[in-house]
Amino acid sequence: MVEHKGDRTFNAVNMLLLTVIGLVTLFPMYYVLVVSFTDPSEFIRNKATLFPQKWSLDSYKYLLSTDAFIRAIGNSAFLATVGTALSLLVTSCLSYALSRRRLQGRRFILLLILLTTLFNPGIIPPYLLIRDLHLINSIWSLILPVLTSGWYVLLMKGFFDSIPPSLEEAARIDGSNDIGVWWRIILPLSLPSLAAFGLFYAVAYWNTFFTALLYINDFDKQPLQVLLQNMLIDSSTASGGTAAAEMTAEQQIPSETLKMAAVVIATVPILMVYPFLQKHFAKGAMVGSVKE
Amino acid sequence: MASRTEAAGGSKIETAYKESPAAKRRRSVWNGVKRDRYLYLLALPGIVFFLLFKYVPMWGILISFQNYSPYQGMWASQWVGFEHYIRFFSNPDFLILFRNTMAINLLSLIFFFPLPILLSVMMNELRGTKFKKTIQSIVYLPHFLSWVIIVGITFLLLSTGEGIINQLLAAAGFGKIDFLTNPNYFWGLLTVQSIWKDAGWGTVLFLAAMASIDPQLNEAAKIDGAGRFRQIWHITLPGIRSVIIILLILRIGHIMDVGFEQVFLMMNGAVSEVADVFDTYVYRLGIKQGQLSFSTAVGVFKSIVGLILVIGANKLAKKFGEDGVY
Repeated sequence: MVEHKGDRTFNAVNMLLLTVIGLVTLFPMYYVLVVSFTDPSEFIRNKATLFPQKWSLDSYKYLLSTDAFIRAIGNSAFLATVGTALSLLVTSCLSYALSRRRLQGRRFILLLILLTTLFNPGIIPPYLLIRDLHLINSIWSLILPVLTSGWYVLLMKGFFDSIPPSLEEAARIDGSNDIGVWWRIILPLSLPSLAAFGLFYAVAYWNTFFTALLYINDFDKQPLQVLLQNMLIDSSTASGGTAAAEMTAEQQIPSETLKMAAVVIATVPILMVYPFLQKHFAKGAMVGSVKE
Repeated sequence: MASRTEAAGGSKIETAYKESPAAKRRRSVWNGVKRDRYLYLLALPGIVFFLLFKYVPMWGILISFQNYSPYQGMWASQWVGFEHYIRFFSNPDFLILFRNTMAINLLSLIFFFPLPILLSVMMNELRGTKFKKTIQSIVYLPHFLSWVIIVGITFLLLSTGEGIINQLLAAAGFGKIDFLTNPNYFWGLLTVQSIWKDAGWGTVLFLAAMASIDPQLNEAAKIDGAGRFRQIWHITLPGIRSVIIILLILRIGHIMDVGFEQVFLMMNGAVSEVADVFDTYVYRLGIKQGQLSFSTAVGVFKSIVGLILVIGANKLAKKFGEDGVY
């Protein structure tokens, strides 16, 4: 096949433009990384530079030595593991049951679930419910209200729909009940798909912010994102965050390098699951685009 | 209900006993439930979740017609009808919230929405898979960062003190620009942030749709002498037309929604006049100031308009011959 001259120019310009877009996307992240590794004393002298002359791990060392930061990471890690496991369990159990056509009342339950994707009662009524359940300041208030969602159930049900009932029959002859069939046949079959849902759940739990803002007042129980908000955002406005005050009061490290080290640490887990996430983008995009 | 008639067909043997049809139906429904009891058990936690966390709060909406007091509870609180709604609509805050919401969403519709289409067309034209994969990995990444992190980075880049952009501006002899506290920049700043975070991610669905376009169409066009731009115009874009229409309509259906976290985090005293949207207003008045009934009314108003818009948008999609979402 002959490449036309116009084609070649087109490709070159296209690649050039996309490279620029890629660099523009990467620049903020690169800059965060640079600031976080800049030697604190140099940062005070030179302010921001694109290539620090003196690198140091001081900001990281300090950050990881504070109780507040470690505790917040622990809380978020709990959400991302326990929360994800519970979400997957509840979502997959319900979706599987609803994918079996023989289930009576199936259409009614599906309708109930679909309606929740159309109308939400806002912020205050769920807040009152959490309060009445005495879950304020409990880490469970960050898991239970978001255990599953209508979109996830409908999407996962669509996946289970494609598993033929004949697969269950064989197991049922062996004397398994529905739970046995689900556990030993269906679940192993759908692991790759469950992994995709799990990754998206995990990222959502790790990034938990809004629900924590609503339901958690206790400083010790805040997830990482709230601590970050305290450090990064409250402290740069007039009010000044408690966490920032507590963490930056008696030390020599400028708050900027410390803040960016915190951003990097909070991003590392996402970068770690990112390659796995990439395999399942299309599915996630479907959820994301209809959900927002 | 379809499932019920289905089940009724399965109990022909019982006719000999001359049961009434209603009793027969009841019995076969019961048999089905008994047969599938473990299946119901699997569904139970999820159903309880939806009832407790999605349907119980629906009753909470009633407090928007009360002067709800947490000490008296919902039963004892005084009923006031539509008072809170009327107060909200006659309040100047309402117009401000409405203006800000529309401004932010219209900017997003004009400047954000076309970008993923453009970007996916560009990526689709790439011939080398390795380069394409790299670009994809890079532009998808910001989608997974939290708003806290993105706003934090924004401050790092744009603050008038240490922000690198302002340092560069100063070094180049320009004055510093108060990006973060000048109301004129606020809406634009939100749009740029959203573009950085999600324009790349937005290409996923378009690229998936493009992948299903028959490559023979392009070959045939090439033989007919069509250049790359004409192929894009006549083959690629028509191939993703459905996806564009569905996403556009969904976007319009959600025109009352502005991401709470982004606005809440970007907001400060200097820009609150242009920043406040329905959700941040509800949060501030309801959670922070304890005006529970009034803020619930604001939330209900927003949800009802949202519901009407989504249903309307869905109808519109079907008019265009698309499947719609519901």
